[in-house]
Amino acid sequence: MNAQDIMFVILAVFIALSSIATVVAKSIVRAATYLFFVLIGTAGLYFLMGYTFLGSVQTMVYAGGIIVLYVFSIFLTSGQTEELSQTTKGKIFSGALLAVVGIAVFATVLWTHNWVGSVAVEALSKPSEDIISMETIGTQMLATDKGGFLLPFEVVSVLLLACIVAGLVIARKR
Amino acid sequence: MNEHIFDFSVVWHWLDELMLSVMPEWLTLTIECVLVALGIITLYAIFAMIMIYLERKVCAFMQCRLGPDRVGPWGLIQVICDVLKMLTKEIVSLRKTDRLLHGLAPFLVITASMLTFSCLPWNKGAQILDFNVGVFFFLAAGSIGVVGILLAGWSANNKYSMIGAMRAGAQIISYELSIGMVMLTMICLAGTMSFSEICQQQADGGWFIFRGHILSVIAFVIYLIAGNAECNRGPFDLPESESELTAGYHTEYSGMDFGYYYLAEYMNLFICAGIASTIFLGGWAPFVIPGLDGFNEIMAMIPGCIWFLGKVFFVIMLLLWERWTFPRLRIDQILTLEWKYLVPMTMVLLVLMALCVSFGLTF
Repeated sequence: MNAQDIMFVILAVFIALSSIATVVAKSIVRAATYLFFVLIGTAGLYFLMGYTFLGSVQTMVYAGGIIVLYVFSIFLTSGQTEELSQTTKGKIFSGALLAVVGIAVFATVLWTHNWVGSVAVEALSKPSEDIISMETIGTQMLATDKGGFLLPFEVVSVLLLACIVAGLVIARKR
Repeated sequence: MNEHIFDFSVVWHWLDELMLSVMPEWLTLTIECVLVALGIITLYAIFAMIMIYLERKVCAFMQCRLGPDRVGPWGLIQVICDVLKMLTKEIVSLRKTDRLLHGLAPFLVITASMLTFSCLPWNKGAQILDFNVGVFFFLAAGSIGVVGILLAGWSANNKYSMIGAMRAGAQIISYELSIGMVMLTMICLAGTMSFSEICQQQADGGWFIFRGHILSVIAFVIYLIAGNAECNRGPFDLPESESELTAGYHTEYSGMDFGYYYLAEYMNLFICAGIASTIFLGGWAPFVIPGLDGFNEIMAMIPGCIWFLGKVFFVIMLLLWERWTFPRLRIDQILTLEWKYLVPMTMVLLVLMALCVSFGLTF
């Protein structure tokens, strides 16, 4: 067990505990805060693997963007005493159904995954600065050949345009 | 001329190998991590104290006052007394607040601040965090602090705190945009995102503020404006405007919990200046004029960390000058300035810089 593995165990326990806390928290702002820790822990895992770009994206988009958005919308829509609503039978049923579906999906993925044994894991857990360089990511993002991401990239920009138009429609002065 | 600059990584490698030769790898790693953390915290505290003294003195001189002058010569001991007072003050726990989040919020703010602090390049080879995506990581780590501020405002169960937190959130998120665009402009010129390479390029070929024509200068000015707003400092100190909100999002904090916000505010100013001096003024790179070899030799004899600190304090002076000269704006004026003027300007700047770089018009 090297330092890499110890850090992985610490992060994994941290993520698991925060995830549970997110679900069981009574106050919605606290739930958002625990979710924040889950996302930060995930970014930590990426950094551990040497994927610094992915880790930074995770921190910036999820921890710094999405969570701030959540907290903002909680503040704007509710008062100080926001508690989770009462549990009803319908909610329990749909929650249980979702949990079963989620477990089934994860189990299928784990089952069908081609595990390669300890050799490849050893190689992966070595941190490296240049597993994927910035230049590779940039060219791949705008590449049009096989495996290029130009089309999804442009389609996302259409989605963003739709969001901007919707924002303007909502915010315009009548 | 650049071989004169001492590469600090030699020292670290020597230390690393010395420790590896006497103890196992995991122990070496742990001890090194603890030492680096101690180093960061010590530097952080020392520079925070220097910044607080500087702020009070400079502010006083700009308003034709003397500033602190009772404790010690020129009031030098004043800051130490303040720190001791802050450390020994009682932390008041309030009823009807969310205790957990109230206690957690200052740590989020100070953690974000320390993470960004460790990105600064102090000297050649003397850098704590140096990723290939350094600039991006800096922006990402900086965005964690907003969560802390929002939670602080909400958990205090106080209207002033809440309004302050909402203002701070809106302002920081908005100004992050133009800071990011300005940095993209400079990355476009540099062609790399790693802070060490950015510095190395400027040591080899001159500072970016001279190499990017007038565009870099405009970017620098925009960065100074947006940086002051990002640190919640005047003329953009709406989140803690004392005349209307008592103290904004940290109204209900006392003792060292308040001290953390105080520290983070001043260190964010330092970090902002540090990044400005890294991406515009060359970081640890000495000032060189191509052709004048004798002059360049002398400049290169000055150690890199002195160059870095000199530039940082120069930029801090500019930021303080800005702060104490302009009156406070209204929140709608702040957001108008950002969204209607700075963002379009930075977008045009980015396109122009990309054109300049692709046509080879830069130096």
